[in-house]
Formats: sequence, structure tokens, C-alpha cells
Amino acid sequence: MRSRSWFPPLLVVALCVALVFLVLPVVAIFTHTSPGDLISSLGDSSSTDALRLSIETTAIAMAIIVVVGTPAAYFLATREFRGKPLVVTLIELPLVLPPAVAGIGLLAALGPKGILGNTLDNAGITLVLRTAGVVVALIFVASPFYLRQAQAAFASLDNSWLEASRTLGAGEAKTFGRIAIPAAANGLAAGLALAWGRALGEFGATLMFAGSFQGITQTAPLAIYGNFATNFDGALALSAVLVAVSGALLLAVKFLTGSEVLGGVAH
Amino acid sequence: MKARKLTVALVAMLALVAAGCGSSSSGGKPDLVVSAASSLKDAFNQYAQQFPEAKVRASFAGSDDLAAQIEQGVKPDLFASANTKLPDELFQKGLVQKPIVFAGNRLVIAVPASGGKVSSLADLAKPGVNIAMGSDSVPVGIYTRKVLAGLPGDQSAKLLANVRSNEPDVAGVVGKVAQGAVDAGFVYITDVDATDGKLKAIELPASLQPQVAYGIAIVKGAKHPKQAQAFIDGLLHGAGQQALKAAGFDPPPPAGT
Repeated sequence: MRSRSWFPPLLVVALCVALVFLVLPVVAIFTHTSPGDLISSLGDSSSTDALRLSIETTAIAMAIIVVVGTPAAYFLATREFRGKPLVVTLIELPLVLPPAVAGIGLLAALGPKGILGNTLDNAGITLVLRTAGVVVALIFVASPFYLRQAQAAFASLDNSWLEASRTLGAGEAKTFGRIAIPAAANGLAAGLALAWGRALGEFGATLMFAGSFQGITQTAPLAIYGNFATNFDGALALSAVLVAVSGALLLAVKFLTGSEVLGGVAH
Repeated sequence: MKARKLTVALVAMLALVAAGCGSSSSGGKPDLVVSAASSLKDAFNQYAQQFPEAKVRASFAGSDDLAAQIEQGVKPDLFASANTKLPDELFQKGLVQKPIVFAGNRLVIAVPASGGKVSSLADLAKPGVNIAMGSDSVPVGIYTRKVLAGLPGDQSAKLLANVRSNEPDVAGVVGKVAQGAVDAGFVYITDVDATDGKLKAIELPASLQPQVAYGIAIVKGAKHPKQAQAFIDGLLHGAGQQALKAAGFDPPPPAGT
């Protein structure tokens, strides 16, 4: 009986510690400097360029991830084959890789001295220090989030639907496009939001592979680091924007997957 | 029960790592925390091994970022900058003690040792050449922009048009040249020396060479001011001076120039 008396409060204390620790830095971004100063320091050209570049590069990356990732995830969800667990694990590996490892890996693979460096060069393609390089880095770090979620979404579909569609003569392509994608749409969108959030925050791989140049490769997280020394308010303002956008993406994920967010939202 | 075994293994691994961190920082000697410019990495790491009075824990980054950390209340024992302006500014704000100039360096153009598109300063302005330099807030980038300001206007404009990356510290510039991402970058001569022959240096004309002077200061509220002072003394005449010399640094330039 005694054990009951101290254990529940301990759980509450642990939760409070975790909550304060995780929320405080986010709150501090908004309270360190007055909102007016935050908004005015967003007018700085390096901030606006960085935000524009972040939106452009993440949008392109997401488009490529969806176009390639959706059929790839569908294949993984609907087929059994030897080595499938290995394939799935390999696809998920970038999720746990440190960004600096991603950056060095991309350099070793696609950099001028990388294993595909000559091939790219002969094809007239330069990725390092170009906007295209930023997109490549974003796809590398963010696509596993989409692939994983999309595979789960397709896998959770009722198989008899897909089979019914096929036996009614719809063909697999039609079944994929007309039945599977609409039915899995929420899960796919949630995966997209997760991937987008990860891409918006990408820093290390981008800096190592694509460098940092205003308007070309300096995305919002790189501009935050670049402004940190000389323009702390500007760095805070950009951070605040990223917090807001990331928060919105997280809410979207919660909403799309039907989880409760604020207690009032039932499903 | 496989999962349970795995959990135990993970926890044990964490405990080992934590124990490792703990034991390495003890050992009787105090920890001297040093925030130092990226370009000082090899020299300071060398010096740290021979510094008897404390275990030196140095972190290396762009001097401007380290100074910004100190302004935000971070308190290392020492701040060593690749210029004198940043420590002077912190001194005026009352955040560090009076800075001391302890070394000099030279700005050079780093290119791959195997050769490439760039073999002179003039080549940097040619079309199709890719350049990396420090950002406009880090000392190496500020020195670089001083050099460019000394060039004829059109040459400097063409050169700037070839810049592909403004790196947060000199280590980033070295990495971009070493990886072949750019044809050339503005770095210090000591950075080229530290690549063991992978990169070679193209010297700048003496008339364009900026005066590169390194300043160090004890941070106000430092936990170990005595050891910090001993560290500075060694940089001026002792093992630190030897390490700086071995890494290719110049003696401190005469003050007031």
C-alpha cells in the first residue's frame, strides 16, 4: 500500500520536469525579444531570402518525394519478397543518421570527388554549392519520414477492397490511383507533413554539401546560424517563424492521423 | 524477452558512456574551458597536451559565434579570437578582461595541391571559377573582404560573383576546397599547413595582405582565472608559443599598427 502513495506523485514530477524542459526554449524564442522587434527584424534581406529559399527547396523536395515515394511505398506495402526487411531498414537508416554524417555521405557519393562525381560532371550536373544540392540534401534526410508513413498507410488498407477493384477489372495502376491513394490520403498527407517538418529544419547536411550563400543555398536554419553572431534578434525572429510552421505541420499530422491534440478534439 | 535484453544492453551502453565522460573530466586537475577560433585548433590541441596546470577543454568555432555566446552569458575561462576587434568589443562591454595579442597569421588563397583552375589572385576573377570564403561576420571573412576592397573595383566585383559559399568559419572554407566543391578559398596559411600537403597556398601581394592578429582574454567570472593566466603566459613564451610556431603562426604583430 505504501508504494502507491509515493509512486503517482513521482510520475507527475517526472512529467512536469520533461514538460518544462521541452517547452521553455520554445517559449523563450517568443519572449526574449518584443514581438514588434521580432517582426521588424524579419524584414532583413537575408531573412526574407532564407525563408523564400526554404519554402522553394522544401516544396521541390516534397514534390519529388511524393512522386517517387508513393509508388515505392505502395510496392513495399503490397508485396512480400525476400530481403524486404533489409530494404525497409535501409530506407529508414537516414532517420537515425546524424546530419553531419548525411552531409559527408552525400559529398562522398555525389560531390566532385565522390563515387558518382565524374558521372555527374560529364552529364553537366553540379550539385554542391547549388540550390539543387540543397534539394538533394533535403530529400535524403526527409524522404524516409514519408516512405515509412506512406507504407504504413497503404498497409492498413483493407486488402479486400484492392482485390475487389482488381477483380472488377480495374487493373493495378487504376486500383493504385483511384482506390489506394484516396483511401490512404490522410496517412500520406501526415507523412508528407512529417517529412516537410524535417526538411525545414535541415542544417548540417545542407551546410556540408550545399554550403551557405544568401539566396542560393542559405536556407532558414543556416541563416539563423549565420545571423546568430551579428543579429541575434534576426536569428530569433527566423526561429519563431520556424517554430510556428513546424507547430502547424505537427498539428496537421495529429489531425490527419486522428489523434487528439488539445483534449477537445475527438475523433 | 528479446526486447528486454536489448533494453538492458542499451541502458548499460548509456551508463558506460556516461561513466567514460565522467572519469575523463576528473583526475585532480581543474577543467580550463577555452573558446577558440577554428584556425587555432591544431596549435591549441597540441599546446593543451603540454599544459600542466589544467585539463584544457577547448571548443572551436567561428570567433564571432563564440563572442556571441559570451554576450548571451556563456562563460568559458578564455576567449581566443582570430582578430582583436571581437575581444576588444567584449572588453568594452565589461565581459572580458583586457585582451592580449598573442599571434599573427597570413591570409592566403588555398587551392588543391594537384593544381586546378586557379594559380594566381587574378584567376579568381575569371568566369567559371568557384570560390568559398568566410561569411562577413567571421574574422577570416572580414579579412578577405579587406583584401577585395584593395582590388580594382571591376576585379573585386567579378571575384565576388564567383563566390559560391560564405562559410560560418574557416574550417568550412578549408573543407569546401579540400572536397573539390570550389576551386579556391581564402584561408590562413596555418590552415593550408594543417592539411599535410592536400592544399597549397597562393600568397597575396604584400600590399594587399591584411594584418591578422589573434587576441585572447580571460572571461569575467571565469572559474579558473589563475590557470587561464598561466595558459596565456605559455602562449607568449612557453609551450604554447612553440605550438603556435610549429603550426605556422607568426609572432604577434607590433601593437598599434
